[in-house]
Amino acid sequence: MSAHPLRGKTAIIGIGGAGWGEAPGHSAIELLGAAAIQAIADAGLKVSDIDGICAATSSHAFPTLTVAEYLGIRPTFFDGTNVGGSSFEMHVLQAAMALDAGVCNAVLICYGSNQRTSGGFVSMSEPQWHEVAYKPRNPITGYALATARHMHQYGTTREQLADIAVAARQWANMNPAAFARGPLSREDVLKARMVSDPLTTADCCLVTDGGAACVMVRADRARQLRHKPVYVLGVGAAHSHRSIAQARDLATSVAADSGPRAFAMAGLKPADCDLVMLYDAFTITTLMFLEDLGFCPKGEGGRFVERGAIAPGGKLAVNTSGGGLSCVHPGMYGLFLLHEAVTQIRGEAGQRQLPKCDVAICHGNGGQFSSQVTALLGSEATL
Amino acid sequence: MQPIKPEGPGPEAQFKAFLKQGRFMIQKSRSTGEHVFYPRVAAPGSGVTDLDWVDASGAGTIYSITVGRSKAGSQNIAIVELAEGPRLMTRIEGVETAPIGAKVKARIIDADGEPAIVFDLAEGAKA
Repeated sequence: MSAHPLRGKTAIIGIGGAGWGEAPGHSAIELLGAAAIQAIADAGLKVSDIDGICAATSSHAFPTLTVAEYLGIRPTFFDGTNVGGSSFEMHVLQAAMALDAGVCNAVLICYGSNQRTSGGFVSMSEPQWHEVAYKPRNPITGYALATARHMHQYGTTREQLADIAVAARQWANMNPAAFARGPLSREDVLKARMVSDPLTTADCCLVTDGGAACVMVRADRARQLRHKPVYVLGVGAAHSHRSIAQARDLATSVAADSGPRAFAMAGLKPADCDLVMLYDAFTITTLMFLEDLGFCPKGEGGRFVERGAIAPGGKLAVNTSGGGLSCVHPGMYGLFLLHEAVTQIRGEAGQRQLPKCDVAICHGNGGQFSSQVTALLGSEATL
Repeated sequence: MQPIKPEGPGPEAQFKAFLKQGRFMIQKSRSTGEHVFYPRVAAPGSGVTDLDWVDASGAGTIYSITVGRSKAGSQNIAIVELAEGPRLMTRIEGVETAPIGAKVKARIIDADGEPAIVFDLAEGAKA
């Protein structure tokens, strides 16, 4: 089988972050801007080298315009695709295509939010007219409905879900950048306040501030820059519904479509992944993506994650940053998956560094299991 | 090709007008026989536009359910699969929660001044 024409043609060569956790007094664009400047410097480039911008935020109607003006960039390529938290994995695909086509030469993908210190979770998501009478609390209502259905269909238990939160915390405890650190037991998760049955506060991701950014260039240029390139091996995308009631199957996400597309482009399979970064908006998302991406059989996710299997020292390294559950989750988290994957592939993850990390899967989720985008990244050894 | 000039109100407005009259109506395609909810200008997937309004049977099954809990109190939110096929977001009245798979029956209530469809557990169904 011949390799997909986009496989390994582009690479991430700079990453940045700012204000993870709490950044009082800083606006969303300031956090985004600080992360962007760090990423551009990390890449060994100048702001004037950037001629492509991808951005999606929860607070800007035209984010690429805002970013371009703020940083003083006149881009030849821009993409503001916003499908929620998976937007940034989609931006990787858009950037890879634009770079490969020669439309631009260096793309900045960026995000920022100050939702924690500016008063809590914000969303630009409009209410759905056929749902408003029932007062859903978005997004948790949708995830709770999916969790209840998964438990009904496959016998998944709250204890198994709790083990996902515990594993995330154990990774976070090895990450100095993680916001939520300290002991967390299965019992703590089960005893936490119920928000929307069967999900407790401890099944929910953090609400933090934070900015993140990365820079992508074509592979030939990447090899001349200061860091080991992290190559884009494959990206697959899918989306299925806007309203949770319209999902075809509440217990299976279209990660079951995006995953195989990404693996096909990369010429890889789940067993090839050293690091698995899954968008953990709620404990159920980690579980369902492990199934839908092929890391375990459908319906077996609960048994797969039990008792430390995805915690440090377990059988699969999942969400080594601590994830959205314990590291950082400023509204849309997809770019933070890429940040950790690049950190691990470069070998810069400190105490939580995996002994071998050549292939990382970053799976973004948006809406309420609505949009799924899977990106496979790899070291030089994977080319 | 001349642009379409829509006549009369659109599907959403028509549905809401029926609901105000106390009628729970859904759409059905003359050619494919499929039912559509929420109301649209074309059936999703097939794209057929020959959609007629038909009375919903009101019979359904709970596909999933959650109970939202806050200081203001607890209220369930469910997804019900209609006997005709489509699913909708709704609430199960008169119970805190109910099992997935339970049979339910539609009813129209006044919710904050607007009519809304809710469901009661069908006779013989267990809470």
